[in-house]
Amino acid sequence: MVRDDKRQFAKQHIVEEWVGKVYTFLCIALLIVTIFSMVYFVASRGASTFISDKINLWSFLSGLDWRPEGEPPLFGALPFIFGSFSTSILAAIFAAPLAICASLFMTEISPKIGRKWLQPVIELLAGIPSVVYGFVGLTIIVPFFRDVFPGQGLGILAGSIVLAIMILPTITTIATDALAALPGGLKEGSYALGATRWQTIWRTVLPTTLPSLMTGVVLGISRAFGEALAVQMVIGNAPHIPSSLFESASTLTSAITLSMGNTVTGSTHNDALWSLALILMAMTFIFVFIVRWLERRAKV
Amino acid sequence: MKKSMLLVMTLVLTVILAACGNNSNNNTNNGAAANTPEASASSTPEATPTPEALSGSVLATGSSALQPLVDQVAQKFMAKDEYKQISVQVQAGGSGTGLTQVSEGQSDIGNSDIFAEEKFKDADASKASELVDHIVGVVAMAAVVHPEVGVDNLTKQQLIDIFTGKITNWKDLGGKDQAIVIVNRPSSSGTRATFENYALGQKTEDLKGSIQEDASGTVKKLVSETPGAIGYLALSYLDNTVKTVKYEGVEPTVDNVTTGKYPVWAYEHMYTKGEPTPVVKAFLDYMVSDEVQNGDVTELGYIPATAMKIQRDAAGNVTNK
Repeated sequence: MVRDDKRQFAKQHIVEEWVGKVYTFLCIALLIVTIFSMVYFVASRGASTFISDKINLWSFLSGLDWRPEGEPPLFGALPFIFGSFSTSILAAIFAAPLAICASLFMTEISPKIGRKWLQPVIELLAGIPSVVYGFVGLTIIVPFFRDVFPGQGLGILAGSIVLAIMILPTITTIATDALAALPGGLKEGSYALGATRWQTIWRTVLPTTLPSLMTGVVLGISRAFGEALAVQMVIGNAPHIPSSLFESASTLTSAITLSMGNTVTGSTHNDALWSLALILMAMTFIFVFIVRWLERRAKV
Repeated sequence: MKKSMLLVMTLVLTVILAACGNNSNNNTNNGAAANTPEASASSTPEATPTPEALSGSVLATGSSALQPLVDQVAQKFMAKDEYKQISVQVQAGGSGTGLTQVSEGQSDIGNSDIFAEEKFKDADASKASELVDHIVGVVAMAAVVHPEVGVDNLTKQQLIDIFTGKITNWKDLGGKDQAIVIVNRPSSSGTRATFENYALGQKTEDLKGSIQEDASGTVKKLVSETPGAIGYLALSYLDNTVKTVKYEGVEPTVDNVTTGKYPVWAYEHMYTKGEPTPVVKAFLDYMVSDEVQNGDVTELGYIPATAMKIQRDAAGNVTNK
């Protein structure tokens, strides 16, 4: 009798085990298929610019003229690559100090106020739709720049300020997690040696968490790199490398979103837009690798 | 050991997926080729008029300039008793998307601001000949400037000089001493194609320092706020915040467009692949009915196709009706 019961239980467990295994495996398989098919889709569309439309890869990457409807059409993506890099890196330069200071405040200086008020407010920023950021940028930042600086106000600086606000929550959240995960012994040791709070933060906390903080910054840059709508509204979108921060410029994403709907699938112009998407995807991969590398260093 | 296994797995998956991708590509190609007889086969039973009400669904995609009109008309259409069984869906996405989707059979109607012949060029030219054009309205465009530039009429040559960067200050055109800021549409845009074809008569390049925006609301906002700005907008977007300039001395009014005095306008097309099915035809017939043409079309700032006293073909030749 008892033996039968045991056998029954064992059978049940084996069935449960298998149901669980099969279910997780199916989920993973679906995920892998989705990811690989997306990569394949973008890559095959993007590559057809160079394979079937016979556009030179090097002239695509280094060309300064983007005249897809011209005679003959010219596809030089360098202005977009330049625009994407300059806006997202500038955005990180603005956002990183703010975000790291905010997370230091929340973890080291005043956890009570910080966690209760500051963190929810910063996280709220992540939930605002990007078109709202774009419109705020267009209504407040652009007219301000136009009045104060020479130029029309639209440009890389307006774009990077809008992006900086958008990536603030990303960097803050990751930095806060990193700082909170710091073993207490390190700080206590520092205080025991007679160091002040500032000395502890500057000499102990920041250097030990630096790789994790950098992870947050890189993730912020990659988010800024992929953002389209808000930037498109305030950057001006002229396909040229600008000579000042207040002159109309363009990013990879804004070039894609402006023209994708207007071009027909299979035309060279449409293929070239997919190639821009391929560059974006390749850059995202590189950012992910950088993050991985930083994480590995953080563990050592 | 485990890592190498993972690597092998990944490689195998990639190869399999690449193969899958190819297969699915072939499938869609076959599907598109096989679609035509299928579609006509399925429309045969519908073609025989049945006493019951029509039922089915209509998907219209494309031009965001035409979307508000189609959307509004679709709501009224579906509210009618005789068309209760028909559901009409309208999606924006741009003229290029609309034309691609209708030509590939993904949607029933492709909305476009420009003739299909202008989008499907070279190798794709045959795709345009498969599409049937249904003109549902006319949209006219006017050059608009910042209210303080001090110019209220521009000739064709002056506009060419502005948009090609030859003239860069309003004082050369009799206005204020103020640098000209061009607020343009992206080079692929149907609105820009219309403006270049019929106002400038030539293509222009994107000048350094010019601004490109695709949404009419953003264009209007930028022109009204940026000193020295010039752009172009559909008549339905015009208001006091921007100054409308005359073209060669002609005011952009509905009367001047319908009589052919004012040339900067374009048809709004709704393309179907081949002749429309009865359900789609019912909707398109409703679009060009007097009720819609004199109601919703004028109400939303378009010009009824029926009011035009002239007509224009894809090559731009204008003839009297």
